[in-house]
Amino acid sequence: MSRPIRVLVAKPGLDGHDRGAKVVARALRDAGMEVIYTGLRQTPEQIAEAAIQEDVDVVAMSILSGAHNTLLPKVVKLLKEKGAGDKLVVGGGVIPADDIPYLKSQGIAEIFTPGTPTSESVEFIKSHVRIDS
Amino acid sequence: MDIKRGIIEGNRVALAKLITMAEDGRQEAIDIIRELYGKSGLAYIIGITGPPGVGKSTLTAGLAKMYSDLGKRVGIIACDPTSPYTGGAILGDRIRMQKLFTDPNIFIRSMGSRGHLGGLSMSTRITSRIMDIFGMDYIFIETVGVGQSEVEIADMADTTIMVLAPGLGDDIQAMKAGIMEIGNVFVVNKCDRDGADKTAREIEAMLDFNDKSAWRPKVIKAAAQADEGLDNITNAVGEHEKYIKESDIFMSKRKEHIKEEIMELATNSIMSDIMSRLPKDELNSIVDKTVNGETDPYSAANCILKPLRDRSV
Repeated sequence: MSRPIRVLVAKPGLDGHDRGAKVVARALRDAGMEVIYTGLRQTPEQIAEAAIQEDVDVVAMSILSGAHNTLLPKVVKLLKEKGAGDKLVVGGGVIPADDIPYLKSQGIAEIFTPGTPTSESVEFIKSHVRIDS
Repeated sequence: MDIKRGIIEGNRVALAKLITMAEDGRQEAIDIIRELYGKSGLAYIIGITGPPGVGKSTLTAGLAKMYSDLGKRVGIIACDPTSPYTGGAILGDRIRMQKLFTDPNIFIRSMGSRGHLGGLSMSTRITSRIMDIFGMDYIFIETVGVGQSEVEIADMADTTIMVLAPGLGDDIQAMKAGIMEIGNVFVVNKCDRDGADKTAREIEAMLDFNDKSAWRPKVIKAAAQADEGLDNITNAVGEHEKYIKESDIFMSKRKEHIKEEIMELATNSIMSDIMSRLPKDELNSIVDKTVNGETDPYSAANCILKPLRDRSV
């Protein structure tokens, strides 16, 4: 039997809005994934370190503060530095379309903006993570 | 990456990877554990258990921080329930442990129970073994929120801390067999709330009926969120450690734990052997026959075991 996909759901930065993160966490759970939810106001260092210890397949970050161009790439950079660059990193939240190309160039695999059906995020993760057993 | 070398050198990415590989039952992981097994046995294992919502994660975080401040290396295994329907899980113990995320002395691993009953995960024991090999001084194993009978933690921990909170139930609940019997230290958490003294008294009263010659579990009031009473808990753990190590209890416990570990590995191996020899349609057809009354569950079980038995003849 193959193991479940493990996902870290994290809230980088200073906004306190986690409804979206929780809805996504719930949807991923219902899709059979193990979701590690770490709570609000995380630094990139905290997120990278948690992702390493939990050996997750996916790091999913929700951000509504506007600091996405700074914080999301920083997590990718830290993961690479620590030898854990193998993880799929995705983002979500109120992120302007104009910023998405930059984020993708920095190693964020996909950005899910408001209105995205949760099934789309689930499918994206399922089709981009390979579990070898 | 060379996982084995990473483990020896103290690389945390290697530790995380080895745990995943062991969870998946990969042969490489088993080989590494076998080769490095001699390094294990030095960690002191503390079980944290209790009903849902009493503050186990907050308390675990507080205690782990105290040991880390003393320069000790601490592993935390935090278990949460897996959905029996989808196989998914929300593992939320880390929410209460944010302060520890970047502590270089602390390594936290969250686990879904993945169908395992008893309050832990299938892979808790092996993960604890790996953290032990890695060189952790203390390993905290936090169970899922337990009901009245999930006592498996006592087969893994050297000291078991039973966490309760005021207002959980009357004194009759406190007399029930099962989880209330496995605590070596009792913590009445959230002691800033009404009823903490009453809960503590009820636990003490329950303990009065126990064998007087043995270790008398300590009952400690604490408020983990405010870091209140944590030093009393670590002192009580220290006293219990001293007590079991000065008597032969520590050695007999460890022996019992290793026996459980061997039996668990053997059982899992037999189960996977059975499942690998049993095509899914065949299992379904045996179930259907039992449902239709063509056979009975005992004969059905024998039928599943037949290939295994034939081989051993």
